[in-house]
Amino acid sequence: MIQLKVNDAEQSFTGEPEMPLLWYLRDVLGLTGSKFGCGVGLCGACTVHVNGQATRSCVTTMSSVAGKEVTTIEGLESNGLHPVQKAWMQINVPQCGYCQVGQVMQAVALLNSKKKPADHEIDEAMSGNICRCGTYQRIRAAIKAAAGETI
Amino acid sequence: MSAIENVSRRRFLTGGIIAAGALVLGARYYHKLSSGDKLPHDTNADHATLHPSVYLGIDPDGTVWIVAGRSEMGTTSRTTLPLIVADELDADWKRVKIEQAIGDKRYGDQNTDGSHSIRSFYSAMREAGATARLMLIQAAAQQWGVPAAECETDLHVVVHRSTNRRAGYGELANAAAKLPVPPKTALKLKPKSAWRYVGKGQVSYDLEALVTGKAIYGMDARVDGMVYASIEHPPVLGGKVKSYDDKEPLKVAGVSQIIPIDPFQQAPAFQPLGGIAVIADNTWAAFQGRKKLNVTWDNGPNEGYNSDVYKNELRATSHNPCKVVRNIGDADAAFAKGGKVYEADYYVPLLAHASMEPMVALAEFKDGKATIWAPTQNPQGAQDTVAKELGIAKEDVICHVTLLGGGFGRKSKPDYVAEAAVLSKKVGRPVKVVWTREDDIKFDYYNAVASMYMKAALGANGKPTAWLQRSVFPPIPSIFDVNAVYGDPAHLQQGWTDIPYDLPNLRIENGPAKAHVRIGWLRSVANIYHAFGIQCFTDELAHAAGRDPVDYLLDLIGEPRSIDFKGVEYPNYGASMDEYPWETGRLRRVTQMVAEKSGWGKRKHGKGAGIGIAAHKSFLTYVATVVEVEVNDQGVVRIPRVDTVLDAGLVVNPEATRAQFEGAAVFGTSVVRTGEITATKGVIDQSNFQDYPVARINEVPAQTNVYIVDSDAPPAGVGEPGVPPFVAAFCNAIFAATGKRVRDLPITKLGLS
Repeated sequence: MIQLKVNDAEQSFTGEPEMPLLWYLRDVLGLTGSKFGCGVGLCGACTVHVNGQATRSCVTTMSSVAGKEVTTIEGLESNGLHPVQKAWMQINVPQCGYCQVGQVMQAVALLNSKKKPADHEIDEAMSGNICRCGTYQRIRAAIKAAAGETI
Repeated sequence: MSAIENVSRRRFLTGGIIAAGALVLGARYYHKLSSGDKLPHDTNADHATLHPSVYLGIDPDGTVWIVAGRSEMGTTSRTTLPLIVADELDADWKRVKIEQAIGDKRYGDQNTDGSHSIRSFYSAMREAGATARLMLIQAAAQQWGVPAAECETDLHVVVHRSTNRRAGYGELANAAAKLPVPPKTALKLKPKSAWRYVGKGQVSYDLEALVTGKAIYGMDARVDGMVYASIEHPPVLGGKVKSYDDKEPLKVAGVSQIIPIDPFQQAPAFQPLGGIAVIADNTWAAFQGRKKLNVTWDNGPNEGYNSDVYKNELRATSHNPCKVVRNIGDADAAFAKGGKVYEADYYVPLLAHASMEPMVALAEFKDGKATIWAPTQNPQGAQDTVAKELGIAKEDVICHVTLLGGGFGRKSKPDYVAEAAVLSKKVGRPVKVVWTREDDIKFDYYNAVASMYMKAALGANGKPTAWLQRSVFPPIPSIFDVNAVYGDPAHLQQGWTDIPYDLPNLRIENGPAKAHVRIGWLRSVANIYHAFGIQCFTDELAHAAGRDPVDYLLDLIGEPRSIDFKGVEYPNYGASMDEYPWETGRLRRVTQMVAEKSGWGKRKHGKGAGIGIAAHKSFLTYVATVVEVEVNDQGVVRIPRVDTVLDAGLVVNPEATRAQFEGAAVFGTSVVRTGEITATKGVIDQSNFQDYPVARINEVPAQTNVYIVDSDAPPAGVGEPGVPPFVAAFCNAIFAATGKRVRDLPITKLGLS
């Protein structure tokens, strides 16, 4: 049995230890905010936080998250919207929106580690998250807005 | 916005194992999901007190229900169409609730493709709003005993100014509902000066849901008792199963059944591809079980398809006379007179859509009826296909439309929806089919590979005295008729037969090409390769003639006029030529504007830097784009800036339109940098983002500036028209920066990345 915390709630998992965290979150817990995009860690749509680190849940096995704390978009902010989500709305980032949960989770992790990232640092941190609609220009702007910079 | 209505009646998302927070999040997208309901078609708008239109209903509490009949895949049409209703109704947007329609012909054409949602439904949306507004005014006038002509509306309220009386829409709903629905001729549409929302726009109705993970896509659809399916498809189009292991997959924990799906009958259309499905109690188990199937295949005749050989065949075809699809003057006679003749071959490979959400659909077959939840651009097409596959009536297929995690044309083909329906019938439970990214890349309906041969003779001033262009590509009709090899008018019109140049001798031809994969619509479709061929060849000629590319382009476009398509089968994207003539003056204007906005000819570009221009009309919208690039010694291309000017007639939602053109530059970046699908022995070589890369944040334009021409012309498309001129302008910029001419896409062929 694998025990872990998901969005501050204790969970225990008795299934296949090799099951990726993404499918546990989506199919077992019904937390569908984290998305399936590529299954091999190349697109970032499945990004969650494991012990605060941005992590591709589609290539993270359940056995590797034993005893760890997982935060998904559903648990990102217990009270209203996270400042990054507010910035995303202010800049009107999403088009189809499918990748945006992963983008937001990645951006939150970036801003937790770097208060005011430079352009190249934003590009570097966000280059693992694909947006096929092409909202990148607004993602950059929203990260800066969330960092308290004037756009 | 997040109000949930009548949740208790629904069983959607109510599986026992689901965390409570997720229970009702999707509810407002779906009305009456239980298959036991008598009237699965109705909406809250239908049940509203005042309900003068299928698109609209008003309740006594003032709630305005507006039905979004077309699919939302990121263009914001689910918001923008209701916004038109709300404007004409003079409604308070904050009191509007949007409902997503199921597939039903009473909503008209719901196939959300071809960039025509606003164009085709602008009038219908206005009329729906105006009808309700007139009825509310009449009801108020009756109550007050005053002439209706003395009453007006003011944001959700009817007002009689001289007696200072006011009544809210909600309080008038009952009385208004008793009045006859006025005929169209009685409607008075608001003057432009009174518009509240049209032309000003609005962010997506779903914006908060999109950034909080609460938005429900097809991938997120769940019903009680459902199982998951993953399907091993024939690797070659038309292949059939020879043998497979039906024991090992069942040993995978969670796998419950192995089910073969019949191969399609020619032509493929939207039928399932066939193959072997693995049924399991979670997605991952289904994926794992599939790895143990060990299928052997009879690949069929398409096994002989190799894309490199095919490329040469297309090119060879294009070097010989083909079918003439438009002719002016006598190009051959003009070529025979000599002068400087230029020739070039352009080539664009197959392209995959790669929407972020892979194909997915949930279906429940029960009591002879099918209920579908799917991210589809084409719910009525899904009804048709499912009905045919199951042998039931179209009316017995209920197709709920979820949000789409991207579509780009792929999701107007409901093959994946049919798979879910077929499997549900066989399993006897609701089945959710989930495609992997590899399935998505390998089993797409690809944008056609195309080879274009261009030839021009230049006169003394550098202007062409003769122009010949031939395109050869496997046509989209080949998915419906295996013998279809020529381009059809609907796709030849896309930037090919409508070359906007004022040329004395012009011949346009199209050659035959047999398809070996499924060909389909992809954002901008044939415009991508046609604009690439024409706009890059134009740039080549400008340089050959020693002319400035902008001046030369304007010179070729010529004086403002309406293009005469006499003798040409030109469908004009389904619009009338009277309402939507092809006006070269509008193309000139966007070209001139983009030159000015980009500082063309005024800014200095250092070593390895340059700018390029292209102008192209598609989906009835005129666009010109300037792209600036920098290429370093390693051949790595940066795009510091893009300027694009569009004339789409009346633009209802400018903010959403700007976003579409920003996105088009990114989509085009992927086409130019890395877009290439190839095949070996009929099998697609690519599989996921490592070998079919799409543009990432560090590879896209640093800044895309979008300028919208203020126009009173009727509305035209905005989702697709940005891509074709971007692709050509980007390639022209690469030439300006490096001296390397891009004729074969992607640019990896030139050692660039």
